[in-house]
Amino acid sequence: MNGGAPLLSVSDLRVGFVTEAGRVQAVDGVSFELRPGEVLAIVGESGSGKSVTAQTIMGLTRSKNSRIEGSVKLDGEELTGADEAHLREVRGERIGMIFQDPMTSFNPVYKVGDQIVEAIRAHRDLSRAESHQRAIALLDSVGIPNAAQRVDAYPHEFSGGMRQRAMIAMALSLEPDVLIADEPTTALDVTVQAQILRLLEDLNRERGLATILITHDLGVVAEVADRVLVMYAGRVVEEGTLDEIFYDPQHPYTWGLMGSLTRLDRPRPHRLPQIAGSPPSLLELPQGCHFRPRCPHEFSKCPQNPELEARLPEVPGHCDRCWLTPEQKREKRQVEGQIGLEAPS
Amino acid sequence: MSGESLLEVTDLVKHFPVKRGILIDREVDQVRAVDGVSFTVARGETLGLVGESGSGKSTACRAVLQLLKPTSGSVKFEGREIAGLGRRQMRPLRREMQMIFQDPYASLNPRKRVGQIVGDPLRRQKIASGSELRQRVQELLERVGLSSEHYNRYPHEFSGGQRQRIGIARALSLKPKLVICDEPVSALDVSIQAQIINLLDDLQDELGLAYLFVAHDIGVVRHISDRIAVMHDGKIVEQGSADQVCEQPKDDYTKKLLAAVPIPDPRESRERAASG
Repeated sequence: MNGGAPLLSVSDLRVGFVTEAGRVQAVDGVSFELRPGEVLAIVGESGSGKSVTAQTIMGLTRSKNSRIEGSVKLDGEELTGADEAHLREVRGERIGMIFQDPMTSFNPVYKVGDQIVEAIRAHRDLSRAESHQRAIALLDSVGIPNAAQRVDAYPHEFSGGMRQRAMIAMALSLEPDVLIADEPTTALDVTVQAQILRLLEDLNRERGLATILITHDLGVVAEVADRVLVMYAGRVVEEGTLDEIFYDPQHPYTWGLMGSLTRLDRPRPHRLPQIAGSPPSLLELPQGCHFRPRCPHEFSKCPQNPELEARLPEVPGHCDRCWLTPEQKREKRQVEGQIGLEAPS
Repeated sequence: MSGESLLEVTDLVKHFPVKRGILIDREVDQVRAVDGVSFTVARGETLGLVGESGSGKSTACRAVLQLLKPTSGSVKFEGREIAGLGRRQMRPLRREMQMIFQDPYASLNPRKRVGQIVGDPLRRQKIASGSELRQRVQELLERVGLSSEHYNRYPHEFSGGQRQRIGIARALSLKPKLVICDEPVSALDVSIQAQIINLLDDLQDELGLAYLFVAHDIGVVRHISDRIAVMHDGKIVEQGSADQVCEQPKDDYTKKLLAAVPIPDPRESRERAASG
């Protein structure tokens, strides 16, 4: 997982939108690197900027009312300034994307196979028959039984899990190096979710596919991720390896997310620990730490903006945005023997 | 938690006909959405109904409330048979049994003010009007963690979690004995889910409510339920106390369902993967 040049490097990415109500900074300085074969999870709630980050990498947020700053480099080549024709080559060819809702990502009036064929032929000089064969092989490789027949089915004839597999087949049809999966299993049943996660894992191992997995589900993260970014109100508030985030989390928001999970592997608490309040409106962000109004550990330093930096001298890759000292954090995050966020009194 | 059962459902069946034909509809098949389901809910108790999409759990709820006419079977509320009652006959019973819906964006009328939405059941049942109505609605808003000043606002001014609170206030306005919660937290952000679950818990303690809590997330169901029934293909495959069903499942489907839930603990999930 370590070493080697990054495949994708995003630095200080900022995405702002002009809305009727005012200017919002949806993504406010996000940086990360992704290496071949690595799975990076971006965790956050609605409005945290995780999907906008992913869409901006793909060049999907360009518009008259958006302002994109910072850099997205794929194999050293800058994408934020690239022209639309070039981006079209990057999409699909270098970076594939799958979305949350497999119900709406396919065109309902075309056969699944034809849609994959269209994607292939838009990029490759292959005959219709060759592309058709390719589509069958792809559907087969993502575990769709009877691919030779199913290739001629319409999207509504597929179940949700099958549609998501077909989506993955389409995203992989041009053998991209990077896959961006935006909540790929949220709309699926848990038993189907487990199958799709296993499929993504196999693809990583076998093809060295680098993956950005966007999710709000820490259970899913624990199963597949190598590194984790926790986002809140447009910023990364904590970043680290999977084990660093789960076993030594530094930011109170991360504690809150962990604490509020209903876990089957532990006795049930009498009361579920909750994070008070709700995520801030991007139009009226609090000064300094954005999590401050919901944080029971707020103190005099919090109205100043904490930078995202390594605050544990021995672990340079584990960064967070919280002014508390590491000792204070270790003490304060313990709530009834588990990691959590104590309710503000 | 014991006591006489408030709701008693026996052999509930709801089949949907599959029809073919142009001029004359012929029934060619049936979808057995709910296929002989029995359960009880005692006063003040929470029964969790868990299952995947298509298991029939939402259809079962609607058949219990007579929003869908059951094909056969019995639904007794406080000992009285209600299966097959018409709209008019059900109306007085609607005070006793209310519902909270999944999607707080779709279940509130966007053109009505919060006060109207929450007060509507009270007005329709002719329980309160005028300033008394307003006062009761404001009390309800405060009880679910909103402010009485929200009375004149519109739903779009609220976040998902706050909208769900509005839905809860409306459901509670008639002081029901039973509330059917159909996926009440699955559309909400994680940090908000816990708030709503705790609110439902508090209201149950305060008001002695019974819940029929329907969800696909077995972790959430286990947390809130006294007992759990697992539904699969229109049937209940296992029923028992919440801890018993989650810790010592007997049915193969229940085991499969539990095994598929990702555990938010990397070491444990690595172990699980290694042991196959």
